[in-house]
Parts: sequence; C-alpha cells; structure tokens
Amino acid sequence: MSTVAPPRPAAAPPPPARPSLGSRVLGLWLRWWRRLTAMRTAIILLFLLALAAIPGSLLPQRSLNQNAVRQYFADNPTLAPVLDRLYAFDVFGSPWFAAVYLLLFVSLIGCVVPRLGEHLRALRAAPPPAPRRLLRLPDSAELATPLPGPAALDVVEEELRVRRFRVVRRETGAGPELSAEKGFWKETGNLLFHLSLVALLLGLAGGKLWGYEGSILVTEGQGFCNSFQQYDTYSAGPLVEGADLTPLCVDLVDFRAEYEENLTAASYTADIRYGAPDEEGEPATIGVNDPLRLDGDRVYVTGHGYSPRFTVTLPDGTAFTDVSAPFLPADQATLGSEGALKLPDLGAGVEDQLAIAGFLAPTGLTQGGVLTSIDPRPLNPQVAILAYEGYLGLDSGLPQSVYSIDQTQIERGRLTEVARDTLSVGEAMTLPDGTSITFTGVDQFAALQFSHDPGQVWVLAAAIALLAGLLALLLLRRERVFARVGPAPGGGGSVLTVGSLTRGGGESATSFAELTGRLRTALDERSPTPSAPPSGGAAPEPEDPPRDR
Amino acid sequence: MTVDPSLAELSDTLFSIAVAVYSVAVVAFSAQLAFGRRPARQLVAAGAGARTDADAPAAPSRTDRWGLAGLAVTVLGAAVHAGVLVTRGMAADRLPWGNMYEFATAVVLVGVVVYLVLAVRVPAVRDIGAFVLAPVVVSLVAIGLFLYTETGPLVAALRSSWLAVHVTSAILGFGIFFVSGIASVLYLLRSRQEARGAAADGSFLARLPGAVTLDRVAHRTAVFGFPIWTFAIIAGAIWAESAWGRFWGWDPKETWSFIAWVVYAGYLHARTTAGWRGRPAAWVNVVGLAVMVFNLLYVNMVSTGLHSYGGLD
Ligand code: HEM
Repeated sequence: MSTVAPPRPAAAPPPPARPSLGSRVLGLWLRWWRRLTAMRTAIILLFLLALAAIPGSLLPQRSLNQNAVRQYFADNPTLAPVLDRLYAFDVFGSPWFAAVYLLLFVSLIGCVVPRLGEHLRALRAAPPPAPRRLLRLPDSAELATPLPGPAALDVVEEELRVRRFRVVRRETGAGPELSAEKGFWKETGNLLFHLSLVALLLGLAGGKLWGYEGSILVTEGQGFCNSFQQYDTYSAGPLVEGADLTPLCVDLVDFRAEYEENLTAASYTADIRYGAPDEEGEPATIGVNDPLRLDGDRVYVTGHGYSPRFTVTLPDGTAFTDVSAPFLPADQATLGSEGALKLPDLGAGVEDQLAIAGFLAPTGLTQGGVLTSIDPRPLNPQVAILAYEGYLGLDSGLPQSVYSIDQTQIERGRLTEVARDTLSVGEAMTLPDGTSITFTGVDQFAALQFSHDPGQVWVLAAAIALLAGLLALLLLRRERVFARVGPAPGGGGSVLTVGSLTRGGGESATSFAELTGRLRTALDERSPTPSAPPSGGAAPEPEDPPRDR
Repeated sequence: MTVDPSLAELSDTLFSIAVAVYSVAVVAFSAQLAFGRRPARQLVAAGAGARTDADAPAAPSRTDRWGLAGLAVTVLGAAVHAGVLVTRGMAADRLPWGNMYEFATAVVLVGVVVYLVLAVRVPAVRDIGAFVLAPVVVSLVAIGLFLYTETGPLVAALRSSWLAVHVTSAILGFGIFFVSGIASVLYLLRSRQEARGAAADGSFLARLPGAVTLDRVAHRTAVFGFPIWTFAIIAGAIWAESAWGRFWGWDPKETWSFIAWVVYAGYLHARTTAGWRGRPAAWVNVVGLAVMVFNLLYVNMVSTGLHSYGGLD
C-alpha cells in the first residue's frame, strides 16, 4: 500500500489469567500475521519477486525455447542437471517462484481487506475530531478576527464546503471546533489497484488451468483440425480434457508474403477456411497482428517457410510423386531453411528406407560449392541435399524430430549417406542403386497456432481496473482540515487556528496558503468593520447550519 | 515505402548538432556550478524530519546568467534533437521509433523535455542542469556509436497502430524515470553532504537544490512515470496477444519490464514506509533506472527473444 497506515489500534490488554494454549497459539499466529501483512514485508517480497524473475530471463526456459535448454544441457553437462533440480529452466512455473508471489498476495490481501472495511466505515463516519495541538500539523496558521467564535467557524465551514469537503462541527472543552475531510477517491483507488492485482492473478491462473495452445505447419492446400494428436507441439493446462477442445478445422487456401525493396518482410497473409469438422467452412484472411478470433479461441499465423517437393522413382519404375516436407527457416532474412524428408515405406523393407536431408534456398546462389540463399522469395529455389539409405529407426520407440535425421542411426552405421548434390527445380540426382530423386518445386507452408485462453478477458479487465486505481491513487490527494476558535488573548474577537494534513499528491503548502488567504478575505468581509469592537453584531448565522450529511 | 536518403542524412547531421549543442549546455551549467553565486546559506535543520526548504522561493537571486544560458541552449538542443526524430520519421514515412537507435534517441529527448518542464516549474531544479545534460550527452554519444541503425522500413510485425501506443508510452515512461533516477542519485550525494554539515560546504554539492527538494522531484517524477510505464506494459501485452499469440510469455523483454515495474512499485511503497524512507528508497529508484537501462541494452543486444527488433544485426 502506498500510504502510511494509521497505527493499528493496540491489541487488547492480555487477560489477567494465564493464557490458554489456544490463545497462545492464536497470539503467535496473530504476531506472524501482522508481520506478514506489514508494509516492510510487502516491500521485501516485492524485491524477492523481482530477484526471482531474473534467472528466468538469463537462463534458457523450456516454455520459451526447448532447443536452447537442450543446448544448455549439452554445453554444461554437470551444471545443468543441478540447475534443473532447482527449476532453473522452468522458473515461472517453479514452486519457489509461486511461493514468493503467493506470499506477496497473502500479504497484500491481509493488508487490503482490513483497509477495505475501514474505508467503507470511513465513508459513512464523520471526519475525526481535531487533534489537540493544531499548530503541530504540517500546515497550520492562526488568524485573528473580530468575529465571535461560531461566526468565524461558519466562514471556515462555508469555504470548505465550496471546496467539496465534508464538514462536522463539535463542541469540546477547548471550544468549538471543526473537522473536514475530502479525497476518498484516493483510498478507493488504492484499494481498487491492489484488489485488481489479485483479480489479475486469478485471471492468469484460470487461463493456465483451462487454456491450451497448439502449433502446426500447414502447407498450402492442406489443413488441420483442433485436436492434440494433430499438432506438432502443444501445451495444455491441467484441467483441459482432450474432448473439450473446440471442434474446429482450418484449411490453408493460399499464403502470401510481401517484401520491401530491401527484403524486409512487409506482410504475411493467409487465406483460410474454417468451420466445424463436417462443414464447408467460412473464408477468412489472417495475418501478422491480425488473428482469427472466435468465441474464446484464436488462430494465428506465426511464421512461414517452404517445403521442397520431390519425385522419387525406384529402379523398378515405381514413382512416388510430390513427396514433400517442411524445411524450417534457419535465417529469417533470406529464409534459407533446413529440414529432412523421411521415406520409410518405399515397399522394399526396413533396411531399404530412404531419407533426404539438407538445405533449401528459395533463391539460391552457389559459390565455391556452397549453396546460400540471397532472397526470401522463391525466385530460383535450389536444394543442397544428402541422400541416405538404411534403417531410419522411426519405429524404435524413441521420439525423433521430424525436421532432422537421427544422428545416432548414422553413427551406428544403420543409415549411410549414398549421394549428395545441389539441384535446381527440374533437376534430378541418381543414387548408386538406380533410384532417382527429382526436385520438382517448392510449396509454401504457414506456421499456424491455435490458442484458447478463457482467462484473458478477465486479465484485461483487471489490468484496466488496476490502471484506473493507480491513477486515482497516485494523482488524487486526501486532505483533512481542522479548525478551532478561542477568544483572542487581548479580549475582543477570537483567534481561529487552522491546520491541515494532506496525504499524497505533491505540494500541500501552496494550497494551504491559498485556503488561509481566502479565509482571511472572507473573515474581513464578514466583519462589520475590521476594527469594530467584537461585541458588535454577530455575523448572520447560515439559516440551517449544514451538518455532515 | 522507400527511404528518402537526403532526409535520412539530414537526420544524422541533426543528431551530431544536437550532441554539440547539448555539450555547450553542459559547459554553461558547469560554469554555473563553478562560478555561480553561492546560494544563501542553507540552514541544515538539526532535528531530522523538519522541513529544510532552503531552496524554496527563498532564494530568487540565484537565477544567475550561466544557468539561464544553459537552459536556453538546452531548449535549442531539444529542438534540434526533436528534428532528428522528425526528419527520420519523414525519411522512412513512419513513426521514428522502430528500432533501438530511434527508441533510445527518443527516450533521451523525453528526459531533456522533462528536465526543462521541471526547471520552469521548480526553479531550484535548474541547478541540476549539468547533472542531467552530462548523462544526456554521454547517452547520445553511446547511442550514436553503438546503436546507430540506417533508416529503413519496419518489419511486418511492427506495422500496427499498437506501435504508436505501446512504444510511445514506453519511451515516455523511460524518459521520465531517467530524470527521476538522476534526481535520486543527486539526492543521495546531497543528503550525505547535508548530514556532514558545514564542513563539506565548499564543494559543488552545496550548490545543488536541498536534499528535500531533490527527493521530492525524484518521487514526483516517478509517480508520474509509473502509471505510464504500467500502461506501456499493458499495451504491450495487448499487442502481444495479437502479434505473438499470447499476451504474456516471459520473453526476456517482458520479464525485465516486469522486474522494472516491480522495482518502481517497491520505490513508491518504500517512499512511504517507515524505515525505508529517504536514502534506502532513493537507492531503490536508482536500481529501477539501472534495470531500465539493462532492459534496453542487454535484452536487445545479448539475449534473443521476440523483441529483437533492435536492428543491430
Ligand atoms: C507483454 C508484452 C510486452 C511487453 C511487456 C513489452 C515491453 C516493452 C518494453 C519495456 C519496451 C521498452 C524498450 C526497452 O526498454 O528496451 C518495449 C519496446 C518495444 N516494444 Fe514491446 N513489449 C511487449 C509487447 C510488444 C509487442 C507485441 C511488440 C510488437 C510486435 C512490441 C514492440 C516493441 C518495440 C518495437 C519496441 C521499441 C524498440 C526496441 O526497444 O527495440 N512489444 N516493449
């Protein structure tokens, strides 16, 4: 909370009898609770939270980049497993990160809820009585006036009501006094801000529990349906059941990428059709910054690339036409891409499988025998490929990347390189056994992502409330003004003492000076003549002295 | 969208001119510190907590010529500096904050403008001119040397009206925090000097505004910057939801923005909590600025993430 909390009412004095075990436990608990909900604790927890987030940005994270984590394990074989046990690669899902923010939120709730009650009560209650010594307040002044006490207080009251203060007057032993207060919005903003943080956390948690996300590469002319079996990668919250997924299928009809003269990507657009599995489907166009939004679901284009297309003709004349696989862009600027095409089912048996791996250049340039890409557009597609024959190990039970060949199969000698060549569209290479591989062209593919996050509208609403509360909290101020009158020391008239207490919002001295200046003028205007004897006519009483509403 | 080379060149020339003009301002402000009239003896109140507003309207005679000259030159520099961005924007026909060079240049401009606004509203703040303008010159030189990027078109992901909303607010927030951080550094120096009392009176520190004023300037600028920074993060999240497929994913830049947010929230809390008020709170503010700078430099240049639009490769 951003303001100094008023001192808590002192705990009730301990009962004279020896406290029972129950009340001792309660006392201990209360003490810990107070400590946890104190501002200092909240500040320390805030810093812990900031510190806890740091490793999450310095070490590779599984949620962001699995490959980077694998690379880290390869580079630091001894350190990585230790770090892994500390959740260093899943920082934002780790128990210790959760512990910090949950403690922070408990502290926050413990701090806010009592204040919420206090605030609701304060909204109805009258401003508190004036402190004994007004001149000790941060801003204070004494004004002498020939007016009698009550009339002088009337002037103050009117002036404060014009400024939208709530005013009460009290008779006390020290004379008539007045308390005024304004600026409840500040505290309202404060509470709104802190409660929004809690709402935001709940929204995030809901999204994590019931949300899911799947990605898939789709070649033009093909499509996918929303199910975990189809996705290349997916992640789902613990409460998501496969059967709950929205029944939706998407076909990629056409994909276009446009470029500036300097080959900066200017836009990607995908024409799709979407609908329930057995429907014809609605057409839509999605692109960068412009996903398809359905009720609670979104479909994005997150990238694109090319799939080289080949025709493989076996020595006996059997031809497999248009076999292709997506190659992943290794360089976003030129879309030079790497990938592999695995053909386990050529009909000859497990030891006669074929694979092609290599590099695809949408616009190729061969220099010194090395193929590079010089343009992301498919102006002159070329591939530099290696052909392998042998056993791919696909049914070995171990998962394999579809984008590369399993190196261990090569190391074990189960898979051997039989030829390598660089091909332009239409060219063919022939393997030692007579099989020919023809590069017939490239197809565009789009990386599509399906996302479902039921929490995100709540998070957005909470974020907006948070900002509104923050503005009120930081920019408004809460002011209390107290005034008391007493007889002037020399007899004749009275002395008005005014003091004010301001919380938040910059300079209070100037606005207080302005208030006392106005009071001075108003007091003088009301006085019959500034020097008239005080016994003279009392200033007209307001007809019905307004009280606190 | 083709780039107009003559405008792009003009922008680069203006950049050098802005650095030169600001350097003149630094000289003028330093002369103010060196030769300026000593402020009226400031009473260092014995009791802590009492208001020591020695620099409040009490000393109007301090408007000495060097300081005013420094301010005038700074205004000129800011105009040229704004010209750098305007011509770059016109050259590429887009908002001039699409890469790190442009972003950082704009942040520094905001810092200068915030300083000028403060100097007009709180006369005592004029005296910190040298300490604002010197970091400005150093930052601009570093930006020109290490972050410079040719004028060019925006990549596809940045072609969205959220660029205007998100990046503009990030620039404003950062620029305001820049001045706030400087005020806190000066507060730390000044409050130590005040605590030592008259002994260290001869140093230039004695010519700075009082610690109370510096602390208040730091706090008020941070109070102003914090909601803007909050808004920048929210706008970034809204943009990320349509650009990257999720509104928050702990990408390095997101993580460090969050860390900065938490640190500034900590500063605002610390300022009003017994035991943290004063110097500890000021340190938190300085850490906040360090996090902001780290977020700009390290996260753009060293780590890779979705935010790698820095244009440095
Ligand atoms: C939750 C999401 C996001 C957060 C928290 C975030 C945070 C930030 C921050 C802190 C900066 C200031 C730059 C700095 O200090 O280095 C920044 C700048 C920037 N952001 Fe974001 N951002 C988000 C989403 C996005 C999205 C979706 C885009 C565009 C697709 C984007 C584009 C930019 C650009 C172009 C800059 C300025 C240039 C630069 O520093 O390279 N941001 N963002």
